[in-house]
Amino acid sequence: MPTHLDNEQSIVAAAQAGDSDAFVTLLNQYSRHIYRLGLSITGNHQDAEDVLQEASLKAYRAIAEFQGNSRFYTWLVRIAVNVALGKLRKRALWKESSLDEPREGEGGSYVPLEIESWGDDPEKACLHNELQQLLAEVIQKLDPKSRTIFTLRDVEKFTIEETAKLLGLSIPVVKTRLLRSRLKLREELTKYFGKDARNAMPTSHR
Amino acid sequence: MRCRQVIDKISEYIDGELDPELVRELERHLQHCEDCRVVVDTTRKTVEVFCHTEPSPLPNDVRERLNQMFRHSFRKGEPN
Repeated sequence: MPTHLDNEQSIVAAAQAGDSDAFVTLLNQYSRHIYRLGLSITGNHQDAEDVLQEASLKAYRAIAEFQGNSRFYTWLVRIAVNVALGKLRKRALWKESSLDEPREGEGGSYVPLEIESWGDDPEKACLHNELQQLLAEVIQKLDPKSRTIFTLRDVEKFTIEETAKLLGLSIPVVKTRLLRSRLKLREELTKYFGKDARNAMPTSHR
Repeated sequence: MRCRQVIDKISEYIDGELDPELVRELERHLQHCEDCRVVVDTTRKTVEVFCHTEPSPLPNDVRERLNQMFRHSFRKGEPN
């Protein structure tokens, strides 16, 4: 979750009083985070840009309704998640519940294959841009619902309960999907950061 | 505790949300199981790297189109 602006409360108040520059200041602080969130959930840059634009406009129009009992960023993320889920629903990539939903306690059926400790920390092993791109790529190996859950919980730091509520899912479903997502992403990253990694970084990241 | 149960509990363990009795059982297992130690450690690192990595700056063209959209909205006098 990004750091907030020093005098954020007064900037929000100014935006609520109709100061459009104040709103742009708020948005500039968070736009790249919202774009990344949109990209993680929808999986493509065009939709990510649409999510950013639509969520920003909705927030601008509704800023007077912002109560101030959560951070502005949290409020903006909620709006962006709803826009992004709308995109997934349109593409029939999101169903509220389905028969293939894992049941509680099934996470253990995931057997780790890559068992190898990591060498250098990822932050030391590659440049920031390379790492950012790699993370954006590996997260797309998860199905849309799992990567949305993982993004909200582990990237945006919402609690399990908040994530479940935001997505209209049960807590056991969120927990099980989160566990599987973490284990799958661990496998993927071990291919790059494992001590004996076969490919330290893919060619496209060099 | 067996390896499979450790895998099942990894999320709650690294989030600090596991019952203390289960934490003791899990850590007893880790003391003698190198594979599970590696999986727990690298799962924790996986979560950390996603949470710590800042997003790249917005691409210039995306930023420009966002600004354009706002200039248009402001001209129309939204939201008032």
